[in-house]
Amino acid sequence: MFLTVLNSLNQGFFKALEIFALTLLGAIPLGFIIAFGSMSRYRVLRYPVKLVVWIVRGTPLMLQLLIIYYGPGLLLGNNWWGGGAAGRFTAASLAFIFNYACYFSEIFRGGIQGVPRGQREAGQVLGMTNSQIFFRVTLMQVIKRIVPPMGNEIITLVKDTSLVRVIAVYEIIWNGEKFIKSSGIIWPLFFTGLYYLAFSGLLTLLLGWIEKKLDYFKV
Amino acid sequence: MALLDVCDLKKSFDRTQVLRGISFSMEEGETLSVIGPSGGGKTTLLRCLNFLEIPSGGKIAVKGETLFDAADPHSLSEAEIRRNRLHFGLVFQNFNLFPQYTALDNVSLALKLQAKALPDYPSRRRELNEQIDQNCEELLRRVGLGEKLRHYPHQLSGGQQQRVAIARAMALKPEVLFFDEPTSALDPELTGEVLNVIRQLAREKMTMVIVTHEMSFAEAVSDQVLFIDDGRIEEMGPPSQVMHAPQSERTRQFLRGYER
Ligand SMILES: Nc1ncnc2c1ncn2[C@@H]1O[C@H](COP(=O)(O)OP(=O)(O)OP(=O)(O)O)[C@@H](O)[C@H]1O
Ligand SMILES: [Mg+2]
Repeated sequence: MFLTVLNSLNQGFFKALEIFALTLLGAIPLGFIIAFGSMSRYRVLRYPVKLVVWIVRGTPLMLQLLIIYYGPGLLLGNNWWGGGAAGRFTAASLAFIFNYACYFSEIFRGGIQGVPRGQREAGQVLGMTNSQIFFRVTLMQVIKRIVPPMGNEIITLVKDTSLVRVIAVYEIIWNGEKFIKSSGIIWPLFFTGLYYLAFSGLLTLLLGWIEKKLDYFKV
Repeated sequence: MALLDVCDLKKSFDRTQVLRGISFSMEEGETLSVIGPSGGGKTTLLRCLNFLEIPSGGKIAVKGETLFDAADPHSLSEAEIRRNRLHFGLVFQNFNLFPQYTALDNVSLALKLQAKALPDYPSRRRELNEQIDQNCEELLRRVGLGEKLRHYPHQLSGGQQQRVAIARAMALKPEVLFFDEPTSALDPELTGEVLNVIRQLAREKMTMVIVTHEMSFAEAVSDQVLFIDDGRIEEMGPPSQVMHAPQSERTRQFLRGYER
């Protein structure tokens, strides 16, 4: 029995891990793009981007999951995601990426705007191009500023992965809960908590290590 | 021919005119000090000359080559602005060193980025970078920081940081080096070491424009002094004239504030 449970939890955890990794992979670059959009000097770009970010940050991720999954089928009469597990997984990943990209974009924007104007200007008078200034001067200072708030978001993301069950992507809690109905046991559910604790503990250590690595300079 | 020619330079922000037509020229090897009351437009003048602001009017030429002419309808491209900036160097009031780089890397960064554009960079990468490092170490030694090459800005005093900033500006071999109140952000006991470095550069005939409130320093180091008030040149001439026999009442008034 124990092995059956463990196997099932492992599978669920792996699903959660996939969502977690895909979200980070997609939301970090997309977040930068959105951040630049929200700082654009062109109002036609800046305002719509800010509106979208406001909507995404102001509504529950659970609602966004449901709308992204059911929306195309019910509104456009065309279910992009297909009926299968793979489609549900894709929909869940996209919802997560988009949601987290919006949160990240605000962190990135704060980080970028927090770099003093003089840094940019020092690069300019040294004849650097805009991209050289971004990658060689600004970026490292932005990273140092955003690591602590990003750490918080990433730990939240670990726990948020449990939401994908609303569109029947079988993550770890779902897999733990099903033993209540099938076998009348609750300990698998408690067990899922250990997975979360272990994983977020690991991430906390990793983030602490990165912060320490960036301690060699002060901004 | 004059090294730097500035003709009727103007700058407005929205509706406030900050520079109302500044004209002066400098010969190679000259040191020019710019003095004047707060808000008079000294910083704006340096920022315009370094293309951190685009002037609203006038002309800037180096060795007879026009870098900027407001009358020219074609507006400068990014690349042209960058090329123009390379004629000049600017040392900021608050240093603006890059905090994530050591003193040496602050000085060498721009040169290394430039070297990357060389056609033979891939094959000579090591050699080029070593050469750049050597030159930059030499520059840091000249400003008295040979012992601090691998220190990060936060590990240096204000005076040391400003000397790194001077070395960083010198690394690109600018034709004119501009200073915006290079000692204003420093504790009084640290200004001396920075002023000494600038004095040394003056002796080596570096062409410099120095905005400063250090009157006795300005008098000692400059060939010309420019008094700017309300966006205009109120008085210009050798320090003996501007500082000891000023023609203009505004200049006299301003200088009186520094007596005692
Ligand atoms: N970006 C800007 N937008 C609007 N006004 C500006 C801007 N930059 C400068 N000014 C105005 O231009 C005037 C001149 O400023 P500037 O900084 O050039 O003076 P300054 O001579 O350097 O003074 P200080 O001795 O205090 O450094 C000031 O009134 C200032 O408010
Ligand atoms: Mg100023």
